[in-house]
Amino acid sequence: MEESIAELRETFRTGTTKSVSWRKKQLRALLDLVNENEDSIFQALDQDLGKSRVESYRDEIGIIKKSASYSLSCLDKWMAPKKGELPLLFFPAKAEVMPEPLGVVLIFSSWNFPITVALDPLIGAISAGNTVLLKPSELAPACMSFLTQTIPRYLDNKAIKVIGGGADVGKRLLELKWDKIFFTGSPRVGRLVLTAAAKYLTPVTLELGGKCPAIVDNTLSNPSKAKVTAKRIVGGKWGPCTGQACIAIDYVLVEEKLASTLIETVKKYIKIFYGDNLKELKSISRIVNQLQFQRLVNLLKDPHVAASVVYGGSVDEEKLVIEPTILLDPPLDSEIMNEEIFGPLLPIITLKNIEESIEFINSKPNPLVIYAFTENETFKKRILSETSSGSVTFNDSMVQFLCDSLPFGGVGQSGFGRYHGKYSFDTFSHEKSVLHRAFYPELEPRYPPWTNFKLAFLKLAYALDYFGLILLMSGFRKS
Amino acid sequence: MASEEEKKAVFDAESAKEVVKELRASFAAGKTKSYEWRSTQLNAMLKMMEENEPQILAALRDDLSKPELESSIFEVAMVKSSCRVALKKLKHWIRPEKAKTSLITFPSSAEIVSEPLGVVLVISAWNYPFLLSLDPVIGAIAAGNAVVLKPSEIAPATSSLLARLAADYLDHSCIKVVEGAVPETSALLEQKWDKILYTGNGRIARIVMAAAAKHLTPVVLELGGKSPVIVDSDINLQVATRRIIAGKWGCNNGQACISPDYIITTKSYAQKLVDSFKCELERFYGKNPFESKDLSRIVNSNHFARLSKLLDEDKVSSKIVHGGERDEANLRIAPTILLDVPQDSLIMTEEIFGPLLPITLVDKVEDSFDVINSSGTKPLAAYLFTNNKKLKEKFVATVSAGGLVVNDTTVHLTEHTLPFGGVGDSGMGAYHGKFSFDTFSHKKAVLYRGFACDAFVRYPPYSRGKLRLLEALFNGSFFGIIRALLGWFKS
Repeated sequence: MEESIAELRETFRTGTTKSVSWRKKQLRALLDLVNENEDSIFQALDQDLGKSRVESYRDEIGIIKKSASYSLSCLDKWMAPKKGELPLLFFPAKAEVMPEPLGVVLIFSSWNFPITVALDPLIGAISAGNTVLLKPSELAPACMSFLTQTIPRYLDNKAIKVIGGGADVGKRLLELKWDKIFFTGSPRVGRLVLTAAAKYLTPVTLELGGKCPAIVDNTLSNPSKAKVTAKRIVGGKWGPCTGQACIAIDYVLVEEKLASTLIETVKKYIKIFYGDNLKELKSISRIVNQLQFQRLVNLLKDPHVAASVVYGGSVDEEKLVIEPTILLDPPLDSEIMNEEIFGPLLPIITLKNIEESIEFINSKPNPLVIYAFTENETFKKRILSETSSGSVTFNDSMVQFLCDSLPFGGVGQSGFGRYHGKYSFDTFSHEKSVLHRAFYPELEPRYPPWTNFKLAFLKLAYALDYFGLILLMSGFRKS
Repeated sequence: MASEEEKKAVFDAESAKEVVKELRASFAAGKTKSYEWRSTQLNAMLKMMEENEPQILAALRDDLSKPELESSIFEVAMVKSSCRVALKKLKHWIRPEKAKTSLITFPSSAEIVSEPLGVVLVISAWNYPFLLSLDPVIGAIAAGNAVVLKPSEIAPATSSLLARLAADYLDHSCIKVVEGAVPETSALLEQKWDKILYTGNGRIARIVMAAAAKHLTPVVLELGGKSPVIVDSDINLQVATRRIIAGKWGCNNGQACISPDYIITTKSYAQKLVDSFKCELERFYGKNPFESKDLSRIVNSNHFARLSKLLDEDKVSSKIVHGGERDEANLRIAPTILLDVPQDSLIMTEEIFGPLLPITLVDKVEDSFDVINSSGTKPLAAYLFTNNKKLKEKFVATVSAGGLVVNDTTVHLTEHTLPFGGVGDSGMGAYHGKFSFDTFSHKKAVLYRGFACDAFVRYPPYSRGKLRLLEALFNGSFFGIIRALLGWFKS
């Protein structure tokens, strides 16, 4: 392991990864990798998570292709220094901010979007000119194996490496010095990563999770909007990896009087999308492993929670499948309402007045996303200014992930740092400020011995009071 | 009868918790979010600096024997200027930024909204105690946060002045100054903050970051390092020398994070450079620098001992070519230049942070880059004096540091449109100007969608047709979309 990292450091030192042509070559190679191995990727995702082809394309392959193409088309622009404006006082001078790679970066990816969450940060790290070590999650073993075997065939081995293995490998990696660590996963492990990074003062980006709420107001009274809302909620809960996604809808907030409308419409679409019952489930992923399966089943064990199930609840331990399940008003102090669910269980919490949802959300740690289905502009403004989350999406779910121009990241317990599009490039770069000065003109007042005149001059200079300076210099102003 | 110490309240973990609780309540009540509150506080800070300049200069004199001009310009004027920039631009900074959306999410609109992080902690340093305390606080206020400032105990007069002035001028329910040393800082670090900005050294930075890690708190670390100056031969030597002196002894007598730490020049040019230094140093500070009023003193006896140790090392003491005089009682060390010290000496491995300037020699000026890069750490700043375009280009391309300046030193600090921060061992994150506002903000992405145009292709049951349509949508090709749709209708 230490040898691999030494090689990455040496490669970085030679400057190979800094050239725009190297970066573009790697990004093109990554596109080739995805294009030429689509079937293998589909198979691996099916093996690890039971993801269907459409879901795999929409959430993994398509995302990576889009991200790599976008980076390729923007790379020259991103790499160009940004001109800075300088006040007249500095004349003649030139200022710019130059992005440069950080060096050797470590990327930890998670198991639920094992291709996207591994390769999308990789695209950012490569675009920014770094050497990279990628550690995919061992909890998605087929994908990890795919990555460890395929990446070396397409990308520059000396600069981009993949390492397999379990938590012990992760631990050892954290004992070494990196120039940046990018971590996607749980807050618990996020703390460990950050603590280890502190020893070397390594900057970190943490993409964590949280309980992403969906607020639904009286747009439900309008039947066609109710339909769209329900489809988007169902699509935003069970669509991504059967709820095992950091941006999946965790729970829904709705007014009491509209709860039954919501539940009925949601049930309808669950049946249309996924099937009527456990045996006939299709177009939906499964639970990743026994541990997660048990965790989810345990959430339902609490008798009060079990009593609140209004749809679904059946499980198939052998196939690691849990039916899409809806709960109505489980107790607020139950685990299901306090831990991130990360699975196919959807609590619906009723409120007397939908405006109470703001207080409800604020009583919990900052989530990665807040979803709000409403057309009330005042309510939208209140949500934006009175809650805090990584991002907010109005009247839809999940799609903000597709916007390359929007930063994707958390705040508070949902993490810090961000990526996607140019933000990926920036997160793996150091923005170096560069100031070019000329030898002339010289400002004598900069130098001691100090006098009242020099003090007066400098005070005016710092206030950019050019007129005052002229007065001072021409003797019309006392010092 | 209780002793003086017992009567004075102890600031422990409980007290720290209370402070954070109070600030969280203020933040939750929305006090700090309004534009009015932010601009009122910034105006109050401006007034605070304007009405108390003599007291501020006096405190800086007490703590650092800082020359009046340095205090007036680098502490007072810079803080005032920072307030003014924030006041002028605040409305613009607060405004959400529109973001582009693409075909895939059509129809939609998007923006990025800046929101305050919440309750933030600023831990400042002793060398520019006003500037490094208030400049970050200006950013925190501008971004709408509640803030605790912990000034350095190594500059006690300014620390207590800051505490008094902040209580008199600023909104005490949202902005607090907590004085103290290690125990008080540790108590503060145990609490959960929404951001911590620390200015200081790498050792403490590791402690700060480890404490922050427990709460997943993001940090900005403004550290230091050995900022090198490369001096080429074909330059205006007098101007270069003066600018180096201004950045070294003119900045708190070398006790500044971006002060030139050491010089790299060619063997053939070294003597000319040394002679020029001698000449300009005398012009600035007189024949006896101990009599000059224009040099700060060494802050305390610990640092005096540290710097003495650097000079007393065997292989180093013989390399002094100018200065070297010390006055322990008055904590003064004369501007000292050393020539050709060994690379493995203490003075060449530790950040000097004082009035000693070693000159390292190379055969060709291009070799300087290897010297800098071989140190294995990235400094906060790096400087180059040259007229050679190619050398400038190589410098900018190969030297990694927080910030670079060509043909001057330290002035980039004053330009608020340049981000000020380090990389690697010199720190993470940046501030000044809008970067301060950004560093204390969360940039929340907001996507607005409507109910119309619901793309059926998103929803199960999934089919091959949907897959093809999705592929076409992702590729953004109209032709592909039409083809897929046609294929759909056929099947």
